[in-house]
This record gives sequence, structure tokens and C-alpha cells, in this order.
Amino acid sequence: MAGGQERILRRRISSIEATKKITRAMELIAASRIVKAQGRVRSAKPYSEKVTDVITNLAGGGAGVDHPLLTQADQVNRVAYVVIAADRGLCGGYNNNVLRAVERAITADQAQGRQYVLVLSGKKAAGYFSFRGYEVHAAYEGFSDQPNYSDAKTMAESVAELFESGDVQQVYLAYTRFLSMGSQEVTVDQFMPLEASEIGADASENTAGGGYEFEPEPAEILSRLLPRYVEARLYAALLEGSASEHAARQRAMKAATDNAEDLKTNLTRIMNRARQEAITTEIMEIVSGSEAMSDDGDHDLDDAITQSLEGSLAALIPDRSDA
Amino acid sequence: MQVEFVSPEAVLFSGECSQVVTRTVDGDIAFLENHAAFIGALDIGQAQLWANDGVISLAINGGFVEVSGNAVTILSDGAMAAGDIDLSEAESDLAVAEEALSSDAEDVDAANAKKWAETRIQVAASS
Repeated sequence: MAGGQERILRRRISSIEATKKITRAMELIAASRIVKAQGRVRSAKPYSEKVTDVITNLAGGGAGVDHPLLTQADQVNRVAYVVIAADRGLCGGYNNNVLRAVERAITADQAQGRQYVLVLSGKKAAGYFSFRGYEVHAAYEGFSDQPNYSDAKTMAESVAELFESGDVQQVYLAYTRFLSMGSQEVTVDQFMPLEASEIGADASENTAGGGYEFEPEPAEILSRLLPRYVEARLYAALLEGSASEHAARQRAMKAATDNAEDLKTNLTRIMNRARQEAITTEIMEIVSGSEAMSDDGDHDLDDAITQSLEGSLAALIPDRSDA
Repeated sequence: MQVEFVSPEAVLFSGECSQVVTRTVDGDIAFLENHAAFIGALDIGQAQLWANDGVISLAINGGFVEVSGNAVTILSDGAMAAGDIDLSEAESDLAVAEEALSSDAEDVDAANAKKWAETRIQVAASS
């Protein structure tokens, strides 16, 4: 009967309402975290800019560019991918976009006969690659929300070790760049060896670098500074990733909230129609019942009741007439 | 002169100072107004900034200093202001490091840990 349907619909609506409350809360939390994450991206900039400045000046002061981190290998047999994804899902395509980009890059490398090494950040990245049977060299998790510099440091050290030991000849960094609230972009950039031009280490000696005093030798300062540069760059990528994650989650949760709202409106309409139908049927039954009684006013009341009872029985068990 | 103290996560200090004393790997160095352009690698040690409202002491766990155009920039990924130092933690770190050194005097990590703990204790005591 219609009443049962109404009850089912009511239950579904209340469950959708509960879901909507959750997605709405997640949307608001993510929105507030984007602002914080953006602030962290901003406050990390002065350091990496200054480090780059110092490297430029060192190069100008005659520091050789023969550091292992700057040396291109003659032949690339193994490529390491540093993948930055999230620990949690429910953030739209954020994880999948990065992971697919890396998977494509690995396939392209394998076509060229190169092997891969994976260094992952984020539980979702580890889950994705280990489920698909990829070999994972190292996986870090627990800081995709709010990465610290020490997290970046630990990761950078293990990556630099891979590279400096000659185990891999190239390292790529895959992360989601935060362009604005509305747009984030997956990038797979070369991370190691460092491009001399990118850090300004190819500056010729007649630039600003002249006239500096160095303590100790420029080459030694450079060899201490380059690992810091690598850390700062990874840290920046982690921060951009976390800002993008929150932005993606905010958008996904906003869409979910909107969908829940639509669903609720639709279901409420269906439920109201069902309720109206039930009421109309009931009224019709009463009206026809009372009409039957007033028409046959002089008949016995008992007769009318028996008739209407038989009518409802027939309606309830329509098969009986066939038998 | 303008002094900036920058860590990877934030700019910890930015302002006018009359003098900056810090320790490079070759030894202590002080910068006064109009110091010549200079780039140095910092050792584990103390940095003191003579700011307008008093001397600021910081413990530095390695870093870099650049001086140019009457501006000093200190870059450090491990720096602690005197107020942020947990003295009991520093002391227990010192004990651990000394124990490691007593069994292996060549342990570079332990030697650095000891230096870092001592610096923190010193900075905390000076404030």
C-alpha cells in the first residue's frame, strides 16, 4: 500500500539528510584548511628564494658545478618517481590524477627499457601502487594534511641517497600544483639531477657574485647548500600538494552536498505525491461507501457493510476471481 | 642594518639590528653596519642579534648566512629561540649523546647531537 512506500521514502530522506550534514561539515573543514595551507605555502617561499639567491651568488663566486646532485648521467637506466598524494580519499580526482600521471610516465619509461623506483607520500599512493603490483621502494604517510619540514627532510634524504649512490640516474617529482582555489594542475617535473639553469648555478662570474667573501670555500658551501635546496623544493611540493588536496576535497564535498540536496528535493516530491495518492484513495473509498449507503437508504445497513467488505476482499485478492 | 632570520617554515625574525654574532664552520664571526659582502656556512652554535629592544639569542643547528648591501640573511632549517627550548629535553639529549660518545668516540652524529644539546642549554641559560 501507499503508506508503506511513504515510510520507506521518509527513511531514505532522513538518511540523505544525515549524509548531507557530514559532507557539508567536511566541505567547511576543507575550506578552512585551504587558507591555512596556502599560508604555509607562502611562508615557505622566502627560504627557498633565499637559498636559490645564495646558490646563484656562490656560482658567481666561482663554485664549481661538479656536485653529484648537478651531474647528468650519460645513460639513464633507472628512474625514481617521488609521488605526492593524500592519506585520505573523498577528495574527488586529486589522488587519481597524480597516480595516473605517474603510471603513464612509468609505462612510457618501460617502453624505453628503463626501470622505475617509487618513493611515495600518502596512504592512497601506497595502496594504489601496491594493489597493482608495482614495486614500492619507500612509502611515507601521516603528513599529507599538514607536512612539516622534517617530513620533507626525511623523504629528501632517502631520495638523495638513491640518486647519489647511482642506483637511479634521474628523479622525477609528481605532485599537484596549486594554481588557485579553482584550479590545480598535476605536474611531473625533473627533480634530480638539478638543472644548473633552474637554480641559477650557471651564472657567469661577472654577475653579482663578484666581491663576496666566503667562509669556507664556495665549493664546500655549495655542497652543504644543495641538499637544503632539494629539501626546500620537496617541502614546497608537499605543501602545494596539501593545499591542492584540501581544495579538491572542498570541491568534491560541495558537489556531494549539492547532490544530496537535489536528491532530497526529488524524494520529498515523490513522497508527497505518494502521500496525496494515499489520501485521495482513502477519501474516494469513504465517499463511494457513503454514497452507496445513501442510495440504498431503505436497505439494511448490514447489507451495505457486507457488500463493501466483499469489494475490498476482491480488491485485495484479485487472483481469486480467476480461480 | 636589516636582519632577516629565515627558516623553511617561516620568517622567524625581521628587523633592524646593530650587531649580529654567529658561528661559521671556521669560527665565530660578527657583523656590524656595512659589513663586506659575505657568504658562510654556519656551524651548530649560538646566534645573537642586537635588536632595538634587546639581544635575541637563538640556537642554530647549521645553516647559512649571507651579507650583502647592509642586509644580513640567516638561513637555518633547525633554529630555536631561547623561549622555545625545552631544557629538560636538551639535557636528556646531552646525556644520550655523551653515552654514545663514550662507547664510540668517532661517532659524528653523536658529536653533533652533543654540540646541539650544549648549544640549546647555553642559549636557554643566557636568556
